[in-house]
Amino acid sequence: MAEAGLILARHHQRLGHDVSSDDPMKPLLEVKNLRVYYHTPRGPVKAVEAVNFGLKAGERFGLIGESGSGKSTMALSMMRLIKPPGHIESGEVLLDGVNVMTLSDDQMRKLRLAGIALISQGAMNSLNPVMRIKHQIADGLQSHGVRMSRQESDDRVGELLEWVGLRREVADMFPHELSGGMKQRVCIAIAISLRPRVIIADEPTSALDVVVQRQVMETLRRVQEDLEASVILIGHDMGLMAQFADRVGIMYAGRLVENGPVRDIFSDPQHPYSQLLIASLPTLEKKGLFQGIPGFPPLLLDLPPGCVFHPRCPYAMDRCAVEYPVLRPVGPNHSAACHLLDERQEVTS
Amino acid sequence: MTALLEAQHVTKIFGGGLIKKHRTLALEDFSLSIGGGQPSITGVVGESGSGKTTMARLLLGLESPTQGGVLYKGKDLRQLSRPEWHAFLQDVQIIFQDPFEVYNSFYTVDRVLTIPIAKFHLANSKRESRALVEEVLRAVGLRPEETLGRYPHHLSGGQRQRVMVARALLLRPKLIIADEPVSMIDASLRATVLDNLRQLNEEFGISLIYITHDLTTAYQISGNIIVLYRGSVAEAGDVELVVGQPQHPYTQLLIGSIPLPDPNRRWSGEAPASAIGEQAGDGMGCKFADRCPQAFSLCLGKAPPLFQTNSHRATACYLYRDYPSIRPEEMDTVFVRRTASSKIEAG
Repeated sequence: MAEAGLILARHHQRLGHDVSSDDPMKPLLEVKNLRVYYHTPRGPVKAVEAVNFGLKAGERFGLIGESGSGKSTMALSMMRLIKPPGHIESGEVLLDGVNVMTLSDDQMRKLRLAGIALISQGAMNSLNPVMRIKHQIADGLQSHGVRMSRQESDDRVGELLEWVGLRREVADMFPHELSGGMKQRVCIAIAISLRPRVIIADEPTSALDVVVQRQVMETLRRVQEDLEASVILIGHDMGLMAQFADRVGIMYAGRLVENGPVRDIFSDPQHPYSQLLIASLPTLEKKGLFQGIPGFPPLLLDLPPGCVFHPRCPYAMDRCAVEYPVLRPVGPNHSAACHLLDERQEVTS
Repeated sequence: MTALLEAQHVTKIFGGGLIKKHRTLALEDFSLSIGGGQPSITGVVGESGSGKTTMARLLLGLESPTQGGVLYKGKDLRQLSRPEWHAFLQDVQIIFQDPFEVYNSFYTVDRVLTIPIAKFHLANSKRESRALVEEVLRAVGLRPEETLGRYPHHLSGGQRQRVMVARALLLRPKLIIADEPVSMIDASLRATVLDNLRQLNEEFGISLIYITHDLTTAYQISGNIIVLYRGSVAEAGDVELVVGQPQHPYTQLLIGSIPLPDPNRRWSGEAPASAIGEQAGDGMGCKFADRCPQAFSLCLGKAPPLFQTNSHRATACYLYRDYPSIRPEEMDTVFVRRTASSKIEAG
């Protein structure tokens, strides 16, 4: 209780006229050695395996992965929303130094939305079709113990709607009266209603057209900057990541294989998978400059020994089939998990 | 020369009956002719609600047009005799978006390949049938021994979609309509499926209509492109021209909204404020006028015709009203034709 109290106390302090005394170098959110498995009759499916990363306050982190890479499982585990047969095997998720894995269910419930908010995939389709938008936004506030008169509630909802670029009148509408982009903005309004410190957005625009996608992403960026919150954007669209993120992590078969500043990763990717993934992107400038990655992603039930990428890797060595490479630094704030980088270091040193 | 498949002034309106009074204009006065000479790849690009899937369904005979007609070898689809319909089913194939839903999960993937062989009497014996199946699987880069006998859930999305490409190839069609074939496939496998489609065109001489919301893949694969907006053609022509120097404000907006995979070239400025669906078009004037930054009085009166701004491009926008206008059925006269070496002629 004390720990959750601490988070909430800091949170409320921040809501007031707070002077942040936090060390700016210290990460706001830290994921340490997280392992999440789905237990099936045929054995454990290792959806997330030994993932480590940190997130600074105000940072936009992009978590890139293809289907089955464990990126959505990451989002759910950080919110502690994994349901059986999924299970968090080990690891810590530290928010402001407090391990959320040790909180009681009730403390965790209070932390969601107030400390960490999730905009899940297809969130706009989970709006209640028979409830007016204002009640859906106020619902989150009320369940977190915010007591308001009807007038105060309407004012608060109106402010939130204007914040995400919608008209106040939207409050009295039902979800079916809104377009996809408007519904997704309502979801952003709900997510920011308690001014969370971390917003996790899991493919927030995957069902939207490009023009609307751009509008929604720019809305998300604007509110994130206003709030000085951190964002973890989860997705597979490399273009969106390049546009939105400050830093990206690349996941493959449950592992984080590379993590670094967005410009470094796109201009000089270190892991062979990152290199091939970036080379597989079609462009609008020249025809035929992109190539697929040979082979297929591994089944998580039956992962290859050693490096999970070695069966598809053009540079695979004997060592890759036996030993899993750990993440090692390759530049400022940049790390990658590949044995090739060892070899290179030995050559240069 | 009679075209293989031709849409003539096709309009499709949904609703408007006794029960559902609300009318939706899905496609308006659309004309296109495919497969007259050289095999071609035509990209059809549009957002959701632009009418691109309705167009595919009309061309396949899955919907009947409200006005106009779809002709197969010069004959309206609704008047085809049984044998002609059978020939149509073999000549025109579809690849759907979702490589998960087209399979029956109780059967192995072999079934989607053996059924067309039986239906169209493509083989005389089991051995011949097997040889045919193996041939088409190899043509799309799959190993038959790793694919046959497996259940759909054993295969990845990319593999499943390639089996669908193989199935389409099996019938040696003259035209394949691919409706968002790669939008549910991961980036690393997308290129391979696109390559398969290109191969069908180049090696087997099959024409392709590639329908998508994704301008980048459409650019990569198509020779000509049609940009649809709320059921009407906004811009059409040589893909290099349309994507390289878009003329219609809508095409410009679309291209400007694509998130480029380059952190050094980020979206600049605020996104355009108005969004699709906020105002319902009533069919008067240009459908894009309510979102168009350059709209003027002319745009609100009457829908713009296609103006031929270049020998290989037509744009439906009054900004180009000084150029000669062309009728909708003349749209494909601006398309570039490929030469035998499959290089695109200079536009």
